[in-house]
Amino acid sequence: MDVELQLNIENLLSRYVHAIDDDRLEDWPGFFVEKGRYRITTAENFERGLPLSIIYADSRAMLLDRVSALRHANIYEAQRYRHIVSSTLVERMDANTVHAASNFQVVRIMHTGESMLFASGRYLDRVRLGSESGQAMFEERIVVLDSRAIETLLAIPL
Amino acid sequence: MSAGPAARAWPAEGLARVPYWIYQDEDVYRREQERIYRGDTWNFLGLEAELPEKGDFKTTFVGEMPVVVTRDEKGALNCFENRCAHRGALLCLADRGNVREIACVYHNWTYDLRGDLTAVAFRRGVQGKGGMPLDAEPESQAPRKFRVEIFCGLMFATLSGKTPAIERYIGPEVAARIRRVMKEPVKILGGYTQVLQSNWKLYFENVKDTYHASLLHLFFSTFRLNRLEQKGGVVVGGEGGSHASFTMMKSELSGDEYERAGMRSASGGYALQAPQMLESVDEIGDGVTLQILTVFPGFVLQQIMNNLAVRQVLPKGVGRTELVWTCFGYASDDAKMTELRMKQANLVGPAGYISLEDGAATGFVQRGAAGASERSSFVEMGGRTVESNESRVTETSVRGLWQQYRRHMGL
Repeated sequence: MDVELQLNIENLLSRYVHAIDDDRLEDWPGFFVEKGRYRITTAENFERGLPLSIIYADSRAMLLDRVSALRHANIYEAQRYRHIVSSTLVERMDANTVHAASNFQVVRIMHTGESMLFASGRYLDRVRLGSESGQAMFEERIVVLDSRAIETLLAIPL
Repeated sequence: MSAGPAARAWPAEGLARVPYWIYQDEDVYRREQERIYRGDTWNFLGLEAELPEKGDFKTTFVGEMPVVVTRDEKGALNCFENRCAHRGALLCLADRGNVREIACVYHNWTYDLRGDLTAVAFRRGVQGKGGMPLDAEPESQAPRKFRVEIFCGLMFATLSGKTPAIERYIGPEVAARIRRVMKEPVKILGGYTQVLQSNWKLYFENVKDTYHASLLHLFFSTFRLNRLEQKGGVVVGGEGGSHASFTMMKSELSGDEYERAGMRSASGGYALQAPQMLESVDEIGDGVTLQILTVFPGFVLQQIMNNLAVRQVLPKGVGRTELVWTCFGYASDDAKMTELRMKQANLVGPAGYISLEDGAATGFVQRGAAGASERSSFVEMGGRTVESNESRVTETSVRGLWQQYRRHMGL
């Protein structure tokens, strides 16, 4: 096992969830390469090969738009997430490309104090090593939700 | 103890008021199941394209009643209650599949694809012992069968023989607006469910409420997708129960009503880094970029640029509603068109740029009116009656909903 690679990927996953959970959404697009793809879908759509996503971006620019819409346009009650990521499997594809699969749970905490298990699922990632910033970055992140049901709305990205 | 619906009186102002108990009362909810969902209404079941092959089935709901929808050996569509004649267990447990017959897992009673009971296990006993009396009629408790009608590839069901034919029920003007979207065979692109913490009627009103669109959904107005000065209108049909609102691509007016009114949604200077998402194709050829359409009590059809979807509104208790979204394209779409539809899917659904607020807004009413069951909401935008309107600064289609609703409920 390539321990250094494993730690490198787990560090990327950890930095990503801390940015979201700490409400540093402006940092979120920076985890992706310029042409990076991000997609939230359901296990049902994914397994049936259906293309529909709940959120879909094929560039960092589209992720920046999502952040500015959340900050300036969309209206939703104050809320935060707490991500728990585990069981990351890492597979090196070539010198610069790594595939990773992880489990996650996300607790959503509303301003009222209500906490709920908001989402669970898998992260299926394609990571580029030594990219623009010198750090590992996502070329593709597919968020596969276990359930087809979303409670009220999904504002903050997963 | 809550007062029963018979003890409740609708406010004297008529359709211009909606009393809050209508969203809160358990007795009203139970009466809706009987008078609306099991009454003289057409309930949306899904797209015919979900069941392309003989033997295909799906499970869904008519109100709270679980139902099975099948395509039988002759290719006809059927809908029947998902309840075994024997002990009432669910007949179909899967969401969808393909079968030759349906067997209840509990005691293996079997049914054909039309919902007719075909076999009772050990009906004559085993080796001459046990079994049912010779005059037993288990068919007397058979799952109820629905009338099914297909309109433009949309499947609807009713338990009542009195419900008028689907096209007449929808009304000619709204039916024409379904036809323009369902103009050719479709293909399913996927789906998801949004769980709303509100009464089903609050969501159905929200969809019919053209007044809120540009005020709550800031994304829309910022990019001039639904400014109220753009050309469009509202068509109300089917005795008030169906409606279509639409917006035209090109505006002949250059109004600045938002800026002068100082509305929150007039904040300028907001630009997209990747505006390609909004580059739409006028594929229907009539310049309509946005159309939202409803049929009472639970069907929504949307065209938002090139994003096409149906929504099924399912009641799950007085204060809980499930919204089942299915996005589709045309069977003739190439990969590029599918990609465009999938990018524009960012506009809709639980994370939609122009729809995520709706999930919360209906909950705000459910919560806000919690202590005001004897008070009413005030619905006088555009007058106090129900009629089609060129302006979308109107609540005419909301009043249309209540006109239809009160007729069914006897309220």
